[in-house]
Amino acid sequence: MTTNGKLVHLKIRRQDGPSSDSYVEEFEVPYRPSMNIISALMEIRKNPVNKDGEETTPVQWESVCLEEVCGACSMLVNGKPRQACSTLIDSLEQPIHLAPLKTFSCERDLIVNRKQMFDALMKVKAWIDIDGTHDLGPGPRMAEEDRQWAYELSKCMTCGLCFEACPNVNDRSTFIGPAPLSQVRLFNTHPTGKMQASKRLENIMTEGGITSCGNSGNCAEVCPKEIPLTHSIAALNKSTTAYSFKRFFVK
Amino acid sequence: MKSDRTFFWRKLHSISGLIPIGVFLFVHFAINYTAFYGAETYNQAAAMMGNLPFRYAMEIGIIFIPLLFHGIYGIYIAREAKNNISAYKYEKNWYFYFQRVSGILVFLFLVWHVGTTRVPAAFGAEVNFDMVASLVANPVYLFFYIVGILMTTYHFSNGFRTMLITWGITVNRKSQNFGKVIGVILFVVLSGIGLTAIFAFVA
Repeated sequence: MTTNGKLVHLKIRRQDGPSSDSYVEEFEVPYRPSMNIISALMEIRKNPVNKDGEETTPVQWESVCLEEVCGACSMLVNGKPRQACSTLIDSLEQPIHLAPLKTFSCERDLIVNRKQMFDALMKVKAWIDIDGTHDLGPGPRMAEEDRQWAYELSKCMTCGLCFEACPNVNDRSTFIGPAPLSQVRLFNTHPTGKMQASKRLENIMTEGGITSCGNSGNCAEVCPKEIPLTHSIAALNKSTTAYSFKRFFVK
Repeated sequence: MKSDRTFFWRKLHSISGLIPIGVFLFVHFAINYTAFYGAETYNQAAAMMGNLPFRYAMEIGIIFIPLLFHGIYGIYIAREAKNNISAYKYEKNWYFYFQRVSGILVFLFLVWHVGTTRVPAAFGAEVNFDMVASLVANPVYLFFYIVGILMTTYHFSNGFRTMLITWGITVNRKSQNFGKVIGVILFVVLSGIGLTAIFAFVA
């Protein structure tokens, strides 16, 4: 493995535990062509020595798939929320600043606690009820026309970048976040999921639900899967509005 | 769950910006614009408005209560946001941020505006061309008016754009772009009318 002497300069915001103070530590790791953030972090793990030559603990981070489908390696790269796996060193200005996402509580170094997102998915019923105690047989078919755009929504990997960028997701607000709303649209489009559509709508019409969206549009700007989150929310505005009238006058 | 009325109040907040507040804004700007044709025309228009039947009921039900509700609930909504324009300089994030800034400035402007027009009127002052003219003779007050008018027209125009999204009328990219075009046209036209009107009072 030749390195031709080039180095990658990293400035990493670290934190030893959930209640510790954070600090910045600098590292220089040998450069290789086509490196991503993860491979630079792996170099630190291989040789945990900081820029001043002092031995230190290896920087902790989370990652699973390394191909931008699992959503685990979200972090701030030069201030922007990115996936560490698909962010290439060659595309970045150095020194490269790494920091944990700010919307979530920090567990250690670059690892954050993403529980609130999974809680939100539970709240909005982001699944499809299938068979009960016996086989209910195949569900209705989905029109190809719908499948094509719904597939784009299904690419959501709960990475949390939309939570990070949204000005209305913070500790002062109860907003459940953009991604879980888009999941409601996905499951309410699915022919079997549609059978519980009104339940999901009810669940997002409460405090911290869809009406907490302020249309800043940041979610769609930062989504690594380019999911049209703002249009999903607008579509849900239409269905919740229609449902609210139905609930008041008809149901 | 049943007692959660968030959806209703938020939707009421959204629609109240157009009906009745937006409608009132159009009427108010139209009356103001008559100043462009001279003091006499303006005084006639102001007198006509002042002599409308059920005036006090309309003022309270169509203007004061909706404005107070929209303003106070709006400040509560704005307080939920942690503005992040320095990290995310996207076009719509600017609109989002400015919607909140303009809302608060309009609220302050209206407190001053009501305090310098309706309050003296309640104590017997006559609402006419000279009342406004003597206010804007002071350059600081004229500046208040210019800022107040521009903040109001921005807040209404951008609010109209987002209202189309909030009610699920503009859903896809194409229609949301169209909504933006309507917003820009509203802002330019209303600002033109509002500024023309206020400068008509400047001697």
